Amino acid sequence: MSDFVLDRREAIPKLIENAEDYLIVTGLAGTARDIAHLCGAESANYYTMAGAMGGAVSMGLGLALAQPNKRVLVVTGDGELLMNVGALACVAVMNPANFGIICVDNGHYGETGNQVSHTGHVTDLGVMASGAGIKQVRTVKEEGDIADAAAMVKGGNATFFVHLKVNDGPPASVKRSLDANYTKTVFRKALLGEA
Amino acid sequence: MPFEIPAPPAGEPTWPYELYKLLKDEGVTQFSYVPDAGHKVLINLSLADPDVHSIPLTSEEEGVAMAAGAHLGGQKHVLLMQSSGAGNCINMLSLPRLGKFPFLTILSMRGDYGEGNPWQMPMGKSVQPVLEACDVMCLKVESADEVLSAVSAGLTMAFQSQESVAVLLGQKMLGAKKFG
Repeated sequence: MSDFVLDRREAIPKLIENAEDYLIVTGLAGTARDIAHLCGAESANYYTMAGAMGGAVSMGLGLALAQPNKRVLVVTGDGELLMNVGALACVAVMNPANFGIICVDNGHYGETGNQVSHTGHVTDLGVMASGAGIKQVRTVKEEGDIADAAAMVKGGNATFFVHLKVNDGPPASVKRSLDANYTKTVFRKALLGEA
Repeated sequence: MPFEIPAPPAGEPTWPYELYKLLKDEGVTQFSYVPDAGHKVLINLSLADPDVHSIPLTSEEEGVAMAAGAHLGGQKHVLLMQSSGAGNCINMLSLPRLGKFPFLTILSMRGDYGEGNPWQMPMGKSVQPVLEACDVMCLKVESADEVLSAVSAGLTMAFQSQESVAVLLGQKMLGAKKFG
């Protein structure tokens, strides 16, 4: 577990310098809080989940294909991604230039008792992303890795995958709506001008 | 130059070509699928059509989440799958159900009328009760002349009334695949 040292509350804002430049879909639990905190309650450029585990990457892909002129990010955890890891193959085949995934990997199922996940044992999601066929992959496991990955996130001219390894400390503390229909309406009004 | 749907080859059913035209006319631009013989024409038309996204999935539940993402971005998405894929979608159907995202899937049935592969029977018999338990309205189609009206009804209920709808294409119409 020696690679899991970075603090997610510090690393994520450094990776995503200007959150308002993106449409962001998150997985459940930790990454939903990370991004709700980063974007702020008043923003409408992100959609967080509290269930539908395994759906974040696919939801982001559907959004990216629908909005080719916007940059779309998926920010999700190791457990959420592992549940539907085949979605990486789907992303690699479609390969939208406006799309990227940041996997916040703490090697644990943080919401359910902090059980060690597969990545905390032996599994490497960065290698799996490469194996799926995603061309631009970066692993970030120490402070010195962040700048290069942040430049790739910002540059954004091809589908990318950032494997961000963090310790199992808590995500940012934030209040967010769990009303999936309300948050959908807010997001669509801001983006499309319609509910 | 907009994509021109080819004429159906002589002797082949015309409904898949008419169905593709209906979906295009109604503004569907994302077609996701796990391949199935019953959807072969629709899948191939979407692959040949540069005006739409044709998305191969590894598991059907990806298509449920993609459809919600497409709606967030203002596009219409249809998921094409075999009946066995319905079981892979159960938890992900929480997303359209809770968020009132439009969801339309067209299922080609196996484990249905005249099935010769016993491995298809369990899910074939479970599709409709399982989907209905997840609040997905099922429209079963048993003859070619009902396809367009059923899908048209499904499109309206999904994209205007924010419902989850499955159109089930029965083997009585598709014909049971020869097996064994």
